[in-house]
Order: sequence, then structure tokens, then C-alpha cells
Amino acid sequence: MAEISPEEVQHVADLARLALPPEELARVGRELNRILVYFQELQELNTDDVAITSHAVAMENVYREDSSRPSLPVEEVIANAPDSAEVFFRVPRIVDK
Amino acid sequence: MAFAPCIGLEVHVELDTESKMFCQCRNEFGAAPNSRCCPVCLGLPGSLPVPNRKAVEYVIRTGLALDCQVAERCRFARKNYFYPDLPKNFQISQYDEPLTYGGHFHLQVNGQQKRIRIRRAHLEEDTGKNIHLPDGRSLVDYNRCGIPLMEIVTEPDFSSPEECRVYLTELRAILRYIEVSTANMEEGVMRAEPTVNLIDSDTGEATPMVEIKNLNSIKSVYEAVKYEIQRHWRCLESGEEMYQETRLWDEQNSLTATMRRKESADDYMYFPEPDLVPLVPEHEWIEEIRASLPELPSALRQRLVERYELPEYGAEVITADRDTAVYYEQIVEAGADPKAASNWLMGDVMGYLNEQSLEIADLKVAPEQLAELLALIESNTISGKIAKDVFVKMAETGQSAQEVVKAEGLQQISDESELGRLVDEAIAKNPKAVEDFKSGKERALGAMVGYIMGQTRGQANPQLVNQMLREKLGQM
Ligand SMILES: [Zn+2]
Repeated sequence: MAEISPEEVQHVADLARLALPPEELARVGRELNRILVYFQELQELNTDDVAITSHAVAMENVYREDSSRPSLPVEEVIANAPDSAEVFFRVPRIVDK
Repeated sequence: MAFAPCIGLEVHVELDTESKMFCQCRNEFGAAPNSRCCPVCLGLPGSLPVPNRKAVEYVIRTGLALDCQVAERCRFARKNYFYPDLPKNFQISQYDEPLTYGGHFHLQVNGQQKRIRIRRAHLEEDTGKNIHLPDGRSLVDYNRCGIPLMEIVTEPDFSSPEECRVYLTELRAILRYIEVSTANMEEGVMRAEPTVNLIDSDTGEATPMVEIKNLNSIKSVYEAVKYEIQRHWRCLESGEEMYQETRLWDEQNSLTATMRRKESADDYMYFPEPDLVPLVPEHEWIEEIRASLPELPSALRQRLVERYELPEYGAEVITADRDTAVYYEQIVEAGADPKAASNWLMGDVMGYLNEQSLEIADLKVAPEQLAELLALIESNTISGKIAKDVFVKMAETGQSAQEVVKAEGLQQISDESELGRLVDEAIAKNPKAVEDFKSGKERALGAMVGYIMGQTRGQANPQLVNQMLREKLGQM
């Protein structure tokens, strides 16, 4: 498996909205590569007969019926908000990419 | 050049459930801000989503109505992006395994049939609402966050704004018929996002794909698509540069403007939602849902045209919503003439409902009562003109036609001795008209008929009056 390139590290950082200085980027790149090496090891296993797995528990069709119950009081809803205005969450200007 | 417009439509529909998609907060329009929120829909740590079975059922129901396949097995996926309308920083959606897919839709435009392919109808959750402040900050209301949202995507098979208009009108009617959503575009319950470009089918050359947002009526979809097609033609001719971008419809100025350019494909880092186990809809459940589907608007329309010989247009008006169609059939079943019933329904009944801003479900006149009113006209008990007033009285009071006619003394006068007396009186009081009529002026009869109608407040049987006047004048 090819090593992760500095450009790819930058792309992932952008997607995660992380502004990393160059030395941090280099360090994160090394760490990501170590993880990839580990997956490389896993890939040595033959999984031809194993279905793609997304869940570790063999469960399906877990539903609830369509009924409602009271929500949280609005004071509790916004209690942990870093910033709020009356009954609203308040957030800084959002620049759409 | 053989460039032609290629339009695809992505429609989002909030499902009409009692509770949200993954929690038990009420699914409700217009509640006080942030009053319908809980740890699950706020994405607080440690909370776990549990899917609403009804919402899954509604998507299957819609998929079946659009001739889609239902997935044997499918999963939810996380769509990751950062925007404050999502408190979790991801939206639970579906990616490579939609709940239903591969359907189609028969479009009827200008008497022509066209097949539109439905790519998929999947299930996801709606996002919160931002209110942008003048100081640059934004307020967020998460009531809408987590409301079950269905996404219906077509292939780019539309080639005109008119085709888009017909599709959306019909889709809205279907969603209402199968009772999965109110599909109200003004309230944002149904939202349409067209993608538009021009493609040269000979060379494969194409203008960049543009997505249009901010459309809150079928009419604005029509106008925006029309504008965008024309803009692409203009750019092609002038050589002006075009971009793959999202454009916003500006209703006031009737144009689209750049919202954001897409330099690279969006990267939402989709992955299977680990907190939700796969959906494996049981065969029996799907068949149960299929069996419960009502007759769809297009089939119903065709049946009304065939069985009652209604014109295409009339059938379209009557089937625009299901309650009206049901009401119509009930009038006819109660014995009314199909043609008279459709005329009355589209005329006086809809006129009254519009004037009073009522739905047909609110109408105090039951279909059987309307049939009774039509029977009174048929039997000449009342004239068609008086019937209009009787109808309004019925709608206001809930009384039957007979009751209104009795209470108001509106029975048509068909008693020949009484009419005979009035005929003599009319002749005596209108010597000029008598003379004119005798000298061949047919229209002079109108003055004498008018006199009698005036004397009886319009209750004299007009056919009888006419006939008796002619007889009497003939003898003179
Ligand atoms: Zn909730």
C-alpha cells in the first residue's frame, strides 16, 4: 500500500476543518501512515468468503412505533450551547465553502 | 448544433408522521423555537437513534407508488459535513443502499406520454433552520432537525420546464393520495431542486451542470428552469464562461444567481451508520403496503374519463386532490347525472370553497345532499338559478336542499291555474310586446316571461311559462 501523501493529509485536515501548521501536518502524516501499515497487516487475511461487515452485532430491523412524548424544556435544550440568544442557539458567521 | 436541455429533479419531502425520524419529539410545523428537541435530535453524547417504523413504511409506500424496487436489505449512512443546521456534524441519510430504487413515472404532456426514470426514493433526516442576523451571526432552531425526510431523485429525463411542472404537480397529488405527506411547497414540506444543463447528444458535449435552490412553489421551479435553459443558450452563443455551480432563484427579479461554485466534487465521507442496524423489509410487510395503496391520480383520472365521459380537463381538476375525487364519485353514486355533478362541483362548490378558504372536507353539504339538490333541478322543483342560492344556504346552515326550499318558499311554480292567471296578466300589462310578438319579433316574448319571473321572484317554471304564453298568444 502506498504511503499517504502530504496532499492527502492536507485534504483530510480540510475536511475535518483543522488548520494544521506544516510541522503538525508532517507529524499527523506519520501517525496516519502507522495506522495504514496496521491495516496492511490485516489485509493479509483472506476474506473472500466474508461478507462486508458494517456492524459487529447480527441484528436487523430494530424499529420503534410512531408515537411522541414531550421534548426537553427549551432552557435545557440550550443549556450547553457556547452561545445563545433567548430561545435560539447562536453561532458565528458561517462561510459556505 | 443538437444541444437539448437535460433536467433532473431532486425532491425532498417531509413525511407526515407524529414523531421525528430517530426520536420521539413531535414532528410539528410552527412550534416555538427549540421546543421540539431532545438529546437524540441534538446529537448529545451517549444518545442513540431508533428508526420510526412509520417513516420507513411511508418511503416504501412512495417507492411502490412510483414503481420502484424495495431493497432487500439496506443501511443508513452518515453524510459528514460542517454546517450549524446539523448539531451532530453529520446527517443520517442513505448512500449506496437506498430503501427503494429503479422506478418510473408516466408523464402526460400535451397529449404525449413520456417515461421518466426514478433513480431512488430514500430516507434521511431533515436539518435545522438558520436565521441570519445583520451582524453576521446566525440563530439556529433545531425543531426541524430529525424530521423524517424522503428524497426522490429522477434521472435527467425532463426536457422542458413544462415537463417539470407536470411531474411536480402529479408527484404532489400522489404523495397526498397515499397520505405520506401534506407536500405543501409554501411551508417547505416539499422542496424541489432541479439540475439543468444542455447536452449535445451527437457529440456528447455538454454545458456545466447547474443546481438551482430556493424554489418554494411549482411555478418558481418552472420559471427558474426556463430562465436557466435560456441562460445556457445565451452563454453557448456568446461564448461566455459557465461553471458547475449551485445557483439561487431570485423570485423578485426572476433570475438565478451564483451561490457557490464547485471546484471539486463534494466529499461527504459517507460511511455506514454504526448506531443503526440494517433494514431488511419483510416480504409480507411490503405486500401489505402494496395492497393498501389507493387508486393513484392518473388511474383515477382515466377511470373518470371512461366511466363518466368527463372531459380530460374536468377529470384533472376533480382528481387534483383525493377528497374532491371521492366527493365527486359519491354525488354520482347518489344518483346525480355525472356531467351535472362535475359542472356543479367545479363551479358553485369550488367557487364557494375558494371564497371561504375551505377544504372540501369542511363542506357542510354532504355529497348525497348535493345529489338531492341536483334532483330538485332535474324535477323542475327549483330552477337552476335558484339552486345556486339554495346551495349557499345549505353550505352555511348544513340544512338539506328540501329544508332550504321549504323554509324559504322557493319551490318552482308549475301550477297551471296559477301560471295561467299570470300569463293573462302579463299579456294585459304588455300590449306593446304582444303587438311586436304578433308581428314576428320572437324576442318580444322575453318581456312577458320577465314580467312573470319578476312577479314570482324567479320561481315560475320557465319552460312552462314559455309554452303557456305561446299557446295563449297563438289563440289571440
Ligand atoms: Zn428529539
